[in-house]
Amino acid sequence: MAETSTRPRPLPQPTPETQHFWDGTKAGELRLQRCNDCGHVYFPPRPLCPACSSKNVEVFAASGKGKLASYVINHRPHPSFDGPYAIAVVELDEGPTMLSNIVDCEQTPEALVLDMPLSVTFEYHGDIAIPLFRPAGSAS
Amino acid sequence: MTVAIVGAAETTELGRIPGMSQIQLHADAALNTLADAGLKAKDIDGVATAGESPVGIAHYLGIAPRWVDGSSVGGCSFMLHVRHAVAAIEAGYAETVLVTHGESGRSGIGRGGGGGGRGSLSAQFEGPYGSMGPTTMFTIGVLRYMKRYGMSHEQLAMVAVVQREWAGMNPRASYRDPITVDDVLNSRMIAYPFHLLECCLVTDGGGALILTKAERARDFPAKPVYILGSGESVETPMVSQMKDLTSSQAFRIAGGDAMRSAGIGHADVDHLMVYDAFAHLPIWGLEDLGFCARGEAAAFIEDGNTRPGGTLPLNTNGGGLSYMHSGMYGMYALQESVRQMRGTAPAQVPGAKVSVCLGVGGMFAASGCIVMTNQMP
Repeated sequence: MAETSTRPRPLPQPTPETQHFWDGTKAGELRLQRCNDCGHVYFPPRPLCPACSSKNVEVFAASGKGKLASYVINHRPHPSFDGPYAIAVVELDEGPTMLSNIVDCEQTPEALVLDMPLSVTFEYHGDIAIPLFRPAGSAS
Repeated sequence: MTVAIVGAAETTELGRIPGMSQIQLHADAALNTLADAGLKAKDIDGVATAGESPVGIAHYLGIAPRWVDGSSVGGCSFMLHVRHAVAAIEAGYAETVLVTHGESGRSGIGRGGGGGGRGSLSAQFEGPYGSMGPTTMFTIGVLRYMKRYGMSHEQLAMVAVVQREWAGMNPRASYRDPITVDDVLNSRMIAYPFHLLECCLVTDGGGALILTKAERARDFPAKPVYILGSGESVETPMVSQMKDLTSSQAFRIAGGDAMRSAGIGHADVDHLMVYDAFAHLPIWGLEDLGFCARGEAAAFIEDGNTRPGGTLPLNTNGGGLSYMHSGMYGMYALQESVRQMRGTAPAQVPGAKVSVCLGVGGMFAASGCIVMTNQMP
């Protein structure tokens, strides 16, 4: 379910606290963190629980499933994208939200239906894999 | 009132720490300091820092502050933060303030927080997806709002139409010709569902204010405008991490504190400014300030309540959509509140005594709210 792309996306520079996330995407996993004291699941990565300040947190592989929480379709030119493209907030089944793009889907209001189920896919750029989402059940 | 330091600590290690980014150095020092004081992050209601944004620090630690200070004047910034914190605590703006420092000066890991470097959280978790600043990020929650509350595209467009009515009364407004809902919906698509006329202008300009003690105010030539109340807050440097895409936590804390500290209710407000970088901002502002129930502000505007002659005159200079927007529009919202309280606004609200001015910053990252009056408190 992986895709290789040579499009020059702006790529992240992992830090020690986010390395596990980017190692995860490279391995085909979407990794989140959970607090072992209060159970809170959170994103983006950090070695402390934003709900209770505990440092007793763990990394786990999330389901990669979520739903389309909201989006815009950007009509202004961007060097990494052809034509209008959607920038979406995905609400993961585990609770946290994350920004992403929706692939394998027309970039139109008619095709991009709020709350539609999504599943993660990964786009490889050398050493970095960017998590993207596609409509759940769509062919790869 | 005496203010005391009740927690103090440094990072667990000092020297060479290649395993921590700069923001994590702040967090490590903060957690050690919280432990020293026997507190958790949720016990903190004021955040001051330099080098990183106080927004980033608050969100990273899970703090919903009602006072922040990002004064950044070099190595002595933290002395200023302590001084400002004393004043804030004495004023009742915050009870428990956390001042943080962290700097990956040797290892250079994750420097350039606040959006500067590729290692910042925004660059890692929003940049790859083609985010292009406010037009794509400020606007991203609106489709969720439309689905949750049934707001129509026409109702969103109506915000721009009503503000153009106000601009038409203002000789200094950039755009003054009347527009219709169709004009708005037929204007160029910028970032669906936002059309050009639902986005702010980009103009040049400036503004300034001078404040002094109230007892001296009558010695000056202009009619005094008194600060009756104020509030502030920050939520998150990333719109995608807002707790609710359809409401601003920073608006609710800043606006609620401003109204409470002013000792006013909604019925006391004669004039309202809500920083309108995009057409949905007045809707968010009306609801987060409590003038409208959730989901009802679009109809409130559509019904004419905020237009000239309406029950709650809103953005009476024409706003960022029609008056001007230089990038940091908050100063112009404050200027219009001052004009309304002086009685010198081009579209003057007759007899207005109380003005509420709600600002937004860094998209929904931050908010400040000021309540003004022309009556000596």
